[in-house]
Amino acid sequence: MKLELRFFASLREALGVSQESATIPATVKTIADLRAHLIERGNPWSEVLANGKVLRCALNQHMVDASTALQDGAEVAFFPPVTGG
Amino acid sequence: MPIKIQENDFDLSAEIAALRKGEPRVGAVVSFLGTVRDMNDGSQVKGMTLEHYPGMTEKALEEILDQAKSRWDIHNTLVIHRVGSLMPEDQIVLVAVTSAHRGEAFAACEFIMDYLKTAAPFWKKEDTPEGARWVDARVTDEAAMARWK
Repeated sequence: MKLELRFFASLREALGVSQESATIPATVKTIADLRAHLIERGNPWSEVLANGKVLRCALNQHMVDASTALQDGAEVAFFPPVTGG
Repeated sequence: MPIKIQENDFDLSAEIAALRKGEPRVGAVVSFLGTVRDMNDGSQVKGMTLEHYPGMTEKALEEILDQAKSRWDIHNTLVIHRVGSLMPEDQIVLVAVTSAHRGEAFAACEFIMDYLKTAAPFWKKEDTPEGARWVDARVTDEAAMARWK
């Protein structure tokens, strides 16, 4: 499955990546699976996306929870809780 | 229901005049203006940078405005949110709502602002004497949104 990954704010800075086209294995089915898959890359991914960190995620530009299923070609974004206003 | 994400400043009077122009059914306009404070979490704030998620920001705000329109009998809505570099005293955000009577507009304006704080993808990075830091989300903002459920 191909995904377009996006990272924002403190995550973008800590990872040094704002956008990436990724091909992921078929075993990765949900947002939570994807997070675990990225953690396997090691540092800085394992630290920035560590399970204790409170993150938000969006699938095709809609905020979703970690159990949401991925779709081929989707845009998946990870970011910290928002602080606008 | 205009939604504007912009670096430029805005004129509150001009925006509100435009929102209610040619709308004699409007009897109430409620607006919220957010500005940059010079103190946050005990540190002096010299300036800040606002980042957002282009595309998702507009969608998230549209959903919030749609929800407000379905919950209250309101006429028009406006959200302006600035991004980029801002200084203390600068205007950051404007939410304005028009309706026939004030009650609906007051409630809808507060609802939109509470949801914007927790659901619209904006992030602030502050420049302080101790260095630059990303602002942490506040638990009180989640609580403010939860009371509308």
